[in-house]
Amino acid sequence: MRFYEFEAKQLFSKYGIPLPAGSRVAHSPEEAATIAEEIGGPVVLKAQVLTGGRMKAGGVLFADTPSEAAHAAEKILGLVIKGHVPRGVLVEARAPVEQEYYLGVTWDGFARLPVMVFSDMGGIDVEEVAEKHPEHIAKRHFSTIYPFSDYMAKELIASLGVSGTNLLRLTHIAAQLARAFRNHSLTLAEINPLARLKDGRFVCLDGHVDLEDDARESQRQILQELGIDPAEKRQARPPTEFEIRGAEIDASDPRGVAGNVVEFDGDLGLIIGAGGGSLTLFDAIRKHGGRPANYCEIGGNPSVAKTCALTKLILSKPGVKKIAVMMNVVSNTRVDLVARGVIKGVLECGYKPSEKIAIFRIPGSWESEGFKILKDYGVDYCDRTVSMYEAAGRAVAKMREG
Amino acid sequence: MSILITRDTTFIIQGITGREAVNMTRECLDYGSKIVGGVTPGRGGREVYGVPVYDTVREVTARTRVDGSVVAVPPAFTRDAVMEALDAGIKLIVIVTERIPRYEVAQMVEMAKLKGARIIGPNCLGILSPDEAKMGGLGGRAEDARKAFKKGFVGVMSRSGGMTTEMCNTLSAAGLGQSTAVSIGGDPIIGSTYADLMPLFEADPETKAIVIYCEPGGRMEAELAQYVVEKKSRLPIVAFMAGRFMDEMPGMRFGHAGTIVEGKADTTAEKIARMEAAGISVAERIEDIPGMVQQRLGL
Repeated sequence: MRFYEFEAKQLFSKYGIPLPAGSRVAHSPEEAATIAEEIGGPVVLKAQVLTGGRMKAGGVLFADTPSEAAHAAEKILGLVIKGHVPRGVLVEARAPVEQEYYLGVTWDGFARLPVMVFSDMGGIDVEEVAEKHPEHIAKRHFSTIYPFSDYMAKELIASLGVSGTNLLRLTHIAAQLARAFRNHSLTLAEINPLARLKDGRFVCLDGHVDLEDDARESQRQILQELGIDPAEKRQARPPTEFEIRGAEIDASDPRGVAGNVVEFDGDLGLIIGAGGGSLTLFDAIRKHGGRPANYCEIGGNPSVAKTCALTKLILSKPGVKKIAVMMNVVSNTRVDLVARGVIKGVLECGYKPSEKIAIFRIPGSWESEGFKILKDYGVDYCDRTVSMYEAAGRAVAKMREG
Repeated sequence: MSILITRDTTFIIQGITGREAVNMTRECLDYGSKIVGGVTPGRGGREVYGVPVYDTVREVTARTRVDGSVVAVPPAFTRDAVMEALDAGIKLIVIVTERIPRYEVAQMVEMAKLKGARIIGPNCLGILSPDEAKMGGLGGRAEDARKAFKKGFVGVMSRSGGMTTEMCNTLSAAGLGQSTAVSIGGDPIIGSTYADLMPLFEADPETKAIVIYCEPGGRMEAELAQYVVEKKSRLPIVAFMAGRFMDEMPGMRFGHAGTIVEGKADTTAEKIARMEAAGISVAERIEDIPGMVQQRLGL
């Protein structure tokens, strides 16, 4: 779960990481003017969106007076940046910057440990620095069971030649960032640029925070303190109506999963096994030249009602001519229950299962019971002797027949 | 031979009275596994299919040898359950629970290392050594597991639980049995990666080839490619790569939590290139795997 910049900064602030003066969100031009007046000097106004490229889109503006700030805020609040409407404008003091640094804490899946990354070349893409100027990048892993100690941050920063007051100030910020990362189950805590101002102070000019989705429950308190609704989904693009309904069906019944629905513009509706099986089957359909109308996972032994509701949802999508129901050899999902749910859904939509179901390929637990039901309704099904690839091919061929 | 478990491996199930765990107990017992106890706090004194339930892990380890534990408790209690098992001296822990924050997974992995123990998972279906034992839900009911898994010389590792069974079924149908199949889990951080398990298969004289299931996300395939080159592995490896379509759809999230397309090293194209450079054969279709294994072994 990505945080807006202002939320990331509020979190940093709770850990004593210094922010530019003023740093508050305005929701109207008037509010922006008030904040600018309090700051009493040049300000920067930034669109609060969960996407990159806001500078190019005109989402970052400068102002010298409160009335200029109001004007800039009005412009920014009227923008739509890559489909995102700004959730307010962050107004902060603009101070002369002496040098920009990079500081980030994230996971190293290879080492299975958190890693802190520091660079004295901040402000630009850290990957780019790592590639072109590796000597300006320092990394250090830290334990998840031993306490984090400030010396770890100090060693990291000193390794790039930083010393004196700068070292002490940066150490404090880095150590606190690591603590925020640990305490809140973050997957990314990043300050870039971390600026040293002309007067020697350090401030966080921009920040990124990602919270582990699976940790939302345990992080309720901090989310509440930051004014974030724990149920709020923050995706790369807003979910479609269809995808929202898929999530609702999944939430309606605890048995099994029937969620993770993604829409495409093809004509073959897919009800495919969760996880690896669905990736394999989606590839196979495309390899055969099929046009998926959606990607929809099902698994973990869903109830008949859940499968039925999901089938109806897939069939309700305009352009869907047939559906393919496919999984790898299943262990704990009952084939007969899935067959029952799919057939029920097709019938309730007023279609013949034999015509609407292009193929049913779920071998495994309770398969003979499942195959009997499918046979009764004349549905084309296959057992484990037919590969996933072959089954996908049969479904695509059916689509061509019409 | 097998790796990790044999017919003599004794294990417990933590969270044994849960709905799924009860089924798993039945499946494992029917397959011939030696389950010496179950643990559910507050439920001590009960039985699940004849397996005695205790309140603490120590109550079981005090009575009998316990080689492993299957942890099937809700996500919020998993870390505690794993710590309890590690503290009681259990050396093999299979975590089937999903949706555990990676911070906690990393803690468990770090603790396990200190204790000289091994974690498989989380978010996995466990281990199955054909005709020996199964530890976890892999393969489902014993009769279903016997259909898909046959004894043989192929070591199987998979990030997808379901695809473990599918691949083993295809191998078995072609007359290629398995030494041991391990569902390692699909999360961004897991206890045992392909490269972590390779030395075990290397040391098993009966394992002659390895088959793995791969998908986008993470660096596990790159790690394996590096291992194969550096350690000069004796075992030919055939990898199946799923999710090739995701290269064309950056930013989308499918399937496992770990399959988040972030950067170039994560793409299927990059993974395939790295594995092939290391001498790993990459299959496009599951049904191509048996032929490729036979070819690599000169059969």
